[in-house]
Amino acid sequence: MQQEEDWSNIISSRSSFSFYSLKDLWHYRDLLWMFVKRDIVTNYKQTVLGPLWFFIQPALTTAMFVFIQRAAKIETNGIHPVLFYLIGITAWNYFAECLTKTSTTFKDNAFIFGKVYFPRLILPLSIVVSGLLKFFIQIFLFILTSVILLALNKTKLDIQNTLLLFPFLIFLMAGLGLGGGLIITSLTTKYRDLALLVQFGIQLLMYGTLMIPKSSTSGILNKLLEYNPMIPIIDTLRQSLFNTEAPNFYLLGYSFIVMVILLLIGFYIFSKTEKNFTDTV
Amino acid sequence: MSEIIIKAEGLSKQYRLGQIGTGSLSHDLNRWWHSLRGNEDPYLKIGEANDRTQKGNSDYVWALKDINFEINKGEVWGVIGKNGAGKSTLLKLLSRVTAPTTGEIKYKGKLASLLEVGTGFHGELTGKENIYLNGAILGMKKKEITAKFDEIIDFAGVEKYVDTPVKRYSSGMFVRLAFAVAAHLDTDILILDEVLAVGDASFQRKCLGKMNDAATNQGKTVLFVSHNLSQVQGLCKKGMLLENGLLTFAGDINAAISKYTETGNSERVVDVTKCNRVGPRELAFSITSLKITNVTSESNEIFEEDTIEMEIGFEAKNDFEEVIMAFAISDGLDNQLIVCRSSSTLPSFSLKRNIPHIIKTKVSLALNAGVYHISLGASHVKGILEYVPSVTTIEILPTNTEWEEAKKPTVGLLITHLDWVIS
Repeated sequence: MQQEEDWSNIISSRSSFSFYSLKDLWHYRDLLWMFVKRDIVTNYKQTVLGPLWFFIQPALTTAMFVFIQRAAKIETNGIHPVLFYLIGITAWNYFAECLTKTSTTFKDNAFIFGKVYFPRLILPLSIVVSGLLKFFIQIFLFILTSVILLALNKTKLDIQNTLLLFPFLIFLMAGLGLGGGLIITSLTTKYRDLALLVQFGIQLLMYGTLMIPKSSTSGILNKLLEYNPMIPIIDTLRQSLFNTEAPNFYLLGYSFIVMVILLLIGFYIFSKTEKNFTDTV
Repeated sequence: MSEIIIKAEGLSKQYRLGQIGTGSLSHDLNRWWHSLRGNEDPYLKIGEANDRTQKGNSDYVWALKDINFEINKGEVWGVIGKNGAGKSTLLKLLSRVTAPTTGEIKYKGKLASLLEVGTGFHGELTGKENIYLNGAILGMKKKEITAKFDEIIDFAGVEKYVDTPVKRYSSGMFVRLAFAVAAHLDTDILILDEVLAVGDASFQRKCLGKMNDAATNQGKTVLFVSHNLSQVQGLCKKGMLLENGLLTFAGDINAAISKYTETGNSERVVDVTKCNRVGPRELAFSITSLKITNVTSESNEIFEEDTIEMEIGFEAKNDFEEVIMAFAISDGLDNQLIVCRSSSTLPSFSLKRNIPHIIKTKVSLALNAGVYHISLGASHVKGILEYVPSVTTIEILPTNTEWEEAKKPTVGLLITHLDWVIS
C-alpha cells in the first residue's frame, strides 16, 4: 500500500540506545532546565535561611573534619586544614550528590514515569546540572574563606597551571557520579538490596577519600585507596591550589578510564531498565 | 486511501503476578541463563488469558496478547472493554511508559498521551512555573508554551493566581490548570485516558468540545479510552473492543459498542439455592435465582445513580397464600439501607406448587460508590417463608474518576440530586 520505512518511531521490546535516543534527548532539553529550576527553587522554599543552607552544610562538615584532624594529629602537607578539607568536601559533595541522587532516579520518580513518557535520562542529567550550580556556589565559599585567611596571613595559596584542568576535573566527577548512579538505580528497581548499601558506602568512602592522607597508610589499605578514582581528582585539585606534590597524570588517566567504563555500563543498563521498570519498581 | 499513522503488530504484554523476592530472582536467573545461551525466554510460553475472576495456576498472565491494528491519520478511535480487558495496558504501551513483551508499535509524527492531568505538578511552584514544567514534561518546547501561555491561562480561568504556588489552589483550579496545559498540546497523535471526567459539568463540556475540535478541525488522530459509552459514541468514529487481553473487534464505533454490550453481558445471575439461609424457614419454599441487569449503561459495571433490574426466581412444593417477596440492600457494616417489598405496588399473591415464578422490579440505587450486599426474603400469611442474607454483593463505581475521594466515609452513603441557589 505504501512505503513502510518512514515511521518516526517504533516502540518494541528491544532497548533503543541509539542515535534516536540522543535526538530525543535533545528535543527535551527545555525539560532539563525546568527540572534544574524546580530542584533549585523548591529546595529551600519556606526556610528562613534560604540559599544560605548551601554554605552551612560544607562549613559544618569542614569544622568536623578539622576537629578530627586536630585530635588525631593528621598531617595536611602544610596547608591550612580549613582550606585543605573545604576544597575536598566541596568537590566530594558534588560527586556524592550526583551519585546518591541519580541512584534513586527510578524509585523516586516511579509515579511520574508511570504516567508520561519523556527520555528518562533527562532526570539524572538534571541532577548533575543542578548539582553543578550548588558546586559553584560552594566554590564561592571556598574563595571567600581563602581571601579571609590570606588577609589574616594564616595561609598561602600557590596556584599552579594545573588549575586549567578544573573543568576537566568537574567533568570527571560528574561522569563518575552519574555513571555509578545510573548503574545503581537500574540494579535496584527490582531488588532493592543494593540501595541500602549506597548511603552507608558513600559515607565510608568520604572518610577514605578525604580524611586519610596517603602517607599515613600502608599495605593493603594503601593498595585499596589507590583504586578509588576520586583520590587522583581531589589530589590534583589540591595540588593546583597549594602546589603540594607533582600531579600524577597516570592516576588521573586511570580516573578517566574508570569514568568512561562506568558511563558506558550505566547508559547501557539504564536504557535497558527504563523500558520495563514501571512493572517492577 | 488515507495514510496509516499507527500500526501495531503482534503486540503482547506479560505481567508476573505475586511478589518480588527470591522466587522471582530464581526465574530471573533462569531467564538470564537462557538468554546467555541464545534461547528464547522460557516464561513467554506460559501464562494465560487475563481473566481476573478465576484463580490462575500460572504466575504469569498476558494482559495483552497478539494485538494487531492500523489507524489512519485523522481518525478518532474509542477503546472500550471491561475492567481488566487490557485497555490501560494498551495505553501504557502506546505512551511508552512500559515496553511490550513482544511485538511492536510504529507511528508517525509526534505522539502525546494523557494518562492523567497535571503529571509532575509541584505544589511549591507557581501556576506559571507549573505550566512550563508540565508542558515540558508533555514534550512541548519552551517557545511553544510561551506562545500559548495566554490561551492556557484563559482556558483555565486562573489569571489572578498565576504567581501563586499551586498548593494554594482549590482542587478545581488545579485540575482546570492541569487540563488546560494538556489541551493545548500540539501533537499529531493524542492518547487520552478517562481524564475528561474532571472538573464541574461546564468545564467537562468545554474539555469535550476542545477534544472534538482537535479531532475534527485540526485533523489530529485521537485514541480515547473510556467507560462512558455515550462519551465514546459522541467523540469517536471508530472503535476497538478488548476482551481479556484480546482484540475482538476493530471498526465502526456503533458496531463495537453493540458488540460490547452483547458480549459484555450486562446481567449477572446468582444461583440462590446454594446460599445459606438464616432464621426460620418454610422448607417447601425456596428462592432459586437472582438476576441483576444494569439497565442504564448496558455494561456489567454499575455506577452511581444507575438503574438496575432485579429478577427473583422462586418456587414451592406446596401452595402458599398471600406471598410477598422482598429484597434489602445493606452496607458492609450490615446496616440495611434499602428494603423493598413487592407489596408496595403488587398485591400479595398466591403461589401454586411446582411452578417456577419470577418477580421483577427496577431500582434506582441512589447510593454512593462502595460495596453493598443484597439480601432476599419472602413471607406469606403465616409468617416468614425464607430469608437469604447477602446473596451477592454489588460494587457501585463512582461516576467521576476520583475513586479514592469517593471511597472516603465523609461523602455519606446516599446520593441525592438537588439544585442550589445563591442570592
